[in-house]
Amino acid sequence: MSTSRRDFARMMGLAAVAGVLPQQGFAAKRQPGDFYEVPSYGNARLLHMTDCHGQLNPVYFREPSINLGVGPAYGKAPHIVGHKFLQHFGIEPGSMEEYAFTYLNFEDAALQYGKVGGFAHLKTLVDQLRGSYGSENTLLVDGGDTWQGSGINVKTRGMDMVRACNLLGVDIMTGHWEFTYHQEEVLSNIAAFDGEFLAQNVLVTEDALFEGADEYIYDEDTMRVFKPYSIRDMGGARVAVIGQAFPRTKIANPARFIPDWTFDINDDLLQETVDDLRDNQGVDAVVVLSHNGMDVDIAMANRVSGIDVILGGHTHDGMPAPTQVKNNGQTTLVCNVGSNGKFLGVLDLDIGKGKVNGFQYRLLPVFSEILPANQEMAALVAAERAPYAAWMDEELAVADEVLYRRGNFNGTFDQVICDALRDHYDAQISLSPGFRWGTSVMKGQTVTMERVLDQTATTYSETYARDMTGADIKLILEDVADNIFNPEPYLQSGGDMVRLGGMDYRCDPLAPMGSRIDEMRLDNGELIEASKTYKVAGWATVGSKSEGAEIWDVTADYLRKTQDVRINKLNTPVLKNVAGNPGYKA
Amino acid sequence: MISRRSVLKAVFTGGAIAGLGVMMPRIALAAWNATAFETDSQDAAMDAMYDSAPAASADVNLKAPDIAENGAVVPVTVSSGLAGVKSIAVFVEGNPQPLAAQFFIPAGTKAQASCRIRMGKTSAVTAVVETASGTFSASKEVKVTIGGCGG
Repeated sequence: MSTSRRDFARMMGLAAVAGVLPQQGFAAKRQPGDFYEVPSYGNARLLHMTDCHGQLNPVYFREPSINLGVGPAYGKAPHIVGHKFLQHFGIEPGSMEEYAFTYLNFEDAALQYGKVGGFAHLKTLVDQLRGSYGSENTLLVDGGDTWQGSGINVKTRGMDMVRACNLLGVDIMTGHWEFTYHQEEVLSNIAAFDGEFLAQNVLVTEDALFEGADEYIYDEDTMRVFKPYSIRDMGGARVAVIGQAFPRTKIANPARFIPDWTFDINDDLLQETVDDLRDNQGVDAVVVLSHNGMDVDIAMANRVSGIDVILGGHTHDGMPAPTQVKNNGQTTLVCNVGSNGKFLGVLDLDIGKGKVNGFQYRLLPVFSEILPANQEMAALVAAERAPYAAWMDEELAVADEVLYRRGNFNGTFDQVICDALRDHYDAQISLSPGFRWGTSVMKGQTVTMERVLDQTATTYSETYARDMTGADIKLILEDVADNIFNPEPYLQSGGDMVRLGGMDYRCDPLAPMGSRIDEMRLDNGELIEASKTYKVAGWATVGSKSEGAEIWDVTADYLRKTQDVRINKLNTPVLKNVAGNPGYKA
Repeated sequence: MISRRSVLKAVFTGGAIAGLGVMMPRIALAAWNATAFETDSQDAAMDAMYDSAPAASADVNLKAPDIAENGAVVPVTVSSGLAGVKSIAVFVEGNPQPLAAQFFIPAGTKAQASCRIRMGKTSAVTAVVETASGTFSASKEVKVTIGGCGG
């Protein structure tokens, strides 16, 4: 069912009457319907979502106050936060857009504007944007990290998201966390997906090919496991969409789930593909649907020529305008559209013979209190949730302050997880991975099991406690810091810094590998010694499965005991050389 | 058309030179250079193998990942269009014994070798191609990480 333009305007009018639309700020200067009314431009429309991490219902999500750029990325999008972000993108302070794109005034704005995302609301928006432009000239593409992130996803092994994406009408997708199920499950999920799953950079290993993987892979000559690209006729033009899965999947996540496949950026293969599309297949525009992360996308746009647009994800950067990269006399647009279902990118292209003549871009926040729910999707979401509702609805504790994760260093929700680990294992130190997904809980709200699962739901969430020397701990911190702060994007792996409980340290993001971390001290002030042994607890081991309880159960036990969630001490590093960095909250 | 799988099968069962060279280096007894393989110094290994230090050359193609998916089996491919290639060797400077493999290329054979090497830590990987008219090299750093924590 598609919503007509008139119905849409009428529903928006009702939202205004109901008082959910803002009474002040930038958005209030426009009519209610205008916020989501995007004028049509050109002959092809690409709707872009990414990294919703299994969030089928509306959520709160606080954007980062620290997102440091180093090397060539210093001070450039996406490494800009807060007021500097507003200035850079021309966003009115105090507006709804400020709430959507930044952490500023998060608590007050969240009360005023409510939750974001949710597939039923997103479906209404997608249908409106398809209907107004013409469905035949519109594609909905999903950059991945869609089939993981909720408690339901763990139980259904991602299949709830496949069903929701089918109803939403996703035409093309690529992946990352989709690969954290076993490879047979990945293949069966993809088989159940109505759209096309594309990845030019996932190859089968020679050993697996020898063992019979040729039975299912896309092409045994190139060794590609999945179809690399799809060519669509849109508005009289031939548009190629190439899939680029997360190149570090087997490093950042357990390789043991997907033993037969190998990942990398493979920009040499990408260049060959782009050249072939342009020279031999009469393609007029080349789009890469990428899960590289934005810094890698920008680097890749500098190295590979002939790409018109990179629709990117992974690093969860909601960018109101594309970054334009010049290469070989051509421009590549790099668009990144945030996470957790908060945003939908709308890119209209004017495509002529063999080239893109112009574009119009909007990144629309999905305000769930303004966009009415699509009833069919609401029913599907409710049905998917119902079998697990009793588990997820358990009320564990009340938040005495905002609980959130996103940021280069520790978030308050991570501190809760770290404190729970130390408590459970009676450990001196705890470690929690710097994932960028995980929703927020507002002050005074109940922390349910569902919110704990939002932070912890992976297929490898088992916990451990083990002895480590101070030297081991330093090695881990240095290694993870290099994955974030190496000035060469191709040597980064995305994610944020590992979170710690029970110890602090000093970090110089600009220092070279091995010299970024020092001043490691326990909470009692004692300096951590290289040769001394400490009891360390953690979760989400990528090497082999840990033996301990699931982290969500460890955290829930702690919350049931704690009742009021208050952060007594936030273990976060002292930072060197960040003064004046536009990616640092001043 | 012959499938890639049958080619691989033929390679594995028929015993291509490169495959055997990697899996059982000691079979090539005549050429086994114990000094080069056992020393902990890359320079000493090169000294023991070549008449002169290798010169960096764009004609040596070294393909290795920027970041290893698994440090225990890092795929490396070396090829060269240089004339008269006699041998191809792979060095990992940061390994306890830097010389990882040496392949002898019979006259008239395409100069290409692939192998999987073990790396304990982030290190420069160097490919050396020995020809009748000199020794040439290409290097690249391969990052080995403990992984995890991806977003």
